[in-house]
Amino acid sequence: MDIDVKMTVNGKAVSGKVEARTLLVQFIREHLRLTGTHVGCDTTQCGCCVVHVDGVAMKSCTMLAVQAEGKAITTIEGLAAPDGALHPMQQAFRDHHGLQCGFCTPGMVMMGVDIANRLPGADEKTVRHQLEGNICRCTGYQGIVEAIMDASAVMNAARS
Amino acid sequence: MHNFNYHRAADVADASGKLTSLDDPKVLAGGMTLLPTLKNRLAAPSDLIDLAGIADLKGISVEGNEVVVRAMTPHAVVAASAEVQKALPALAQLAGNIGDPAVRHRGTIGGSVANSDPAADYPAGCVGLDATIVTNKRKIAADDFFLGLFETALEAGEVITSVRFKIPERACYMKFRHPASGYAVVGVMVAKYGAKARVAVTGAGPCVFRVAEMEAALEKSFAPASVADIKVSPEQLMGDIHCSAEYRAHLITVYARRAVEAMV
Repeated sequence: MDIDVKMTVNGKAVSGKVEARTLLVQFIREHLRLTGTHVGCDTTQCGCCVVHVDGVAMKSCTMLAVQAEGKAITTIEGLAAPDGALHPMQQAFRDHHGLQCGFCTPGMVMMGVDIANRLPGADEKTVRHQLEGNICRCTGYQGIVEAIMDASAVMNAARS
Repeated sequence: MHNFNYHRAADVADASGKLTSLDDPKVLAGGMTLLPTLKNRLAAPSDLIDLAGIADLKGISVEGNEVVVRAMTPHAVVAASAEVQKALPALAQLAGNIGDPAVRHRGTIGGSVANSDPAADYPAGCVGLDATIVTNKRKIAADDFFLGLFETALEAGEVITSVRFKIPERACYMKFRHPASGYAVVGVMVAKYGAKARVAVTGAGPCVFRVAEMEAALEKSFAPASVADIKVSPEQLMGDIHCSAEYRAHLITVYARRAVEAMV
């Protein structure tokens, strides 16, 4: 039996019919065709599927689409400005070479924004701890950590 | 994942009613354990009853000598709560080290407690901090709640509504964190209530348990040396690919001592 779901994705009201077992990430990728959000492990470990639900980072592979009813979702596609200008976190990943193959990057960037929002001014050790739910098998994390610290400072400055 | 019927419970009575009337239902809280279990087809419930829409299952308060955490409060909220950090910092610290940040944003105390995972952190928090598990039907002392591997005292139709932790003089939770999952390979909560001490261990046995010998020694003299030589028998402990029962037994002594060291 299909269930009607309604939510806001990247500022736009969307709706669809899903099975109860449809995961939020499946709804985002297969129904909405927003394929920036990735599925890496499908077991809540790797963080490639991280999106923001009501402004907070969550793993969309471990959430049902029906659990997102009425929520505001932001995916990697919703970060850049409408004119295409990159979000400070995206720009910093580019500047610091915070990616190699790019598969983990959407989740890393979304988690990076979440860390910067929650813990402004976090030191390097804290950022590394906060990344424990996001796995990158290319970079060794150095560029990713530098990017998050840099973007965090830019976001802080923009807030004040 | 096998398909199931999905229900949004309007209130706790509605959830309880559905739990008793439906064929093979399960409660859905944060889903951080249940959804991976379903994906692996280790369970195939007929119905999921989602508690997320019940507003009075969320929130934290300090009432007298207790910290009250309502069942659907996520770990991240407990960890960041100024009230918890002030009244019972060991609990905030425990909650802030469960899983990873995205998991802490979704996982709930009620879900963790009801699951009685042998390696979960909250059971050690409940037993170590002399908590009371409040359900829609009764109040259960944490000492009587965790019965075994994924087994609790909860009965059919019973839903956890809050957990009430007794505020200690001092407490500390120390865990040897599994580097990949964040689960406790061994976790020890030590708490001091006047002349009484509590030592609760998670990660090591089929479910959380207390170490009476350590508690008695701490009640005589609350010092690291009191527990440093007390060994727990590995006989009832778990051995798996991560480490042996003997190693877990060793870790219990080490982490109990470190917890006491941090408190004195």
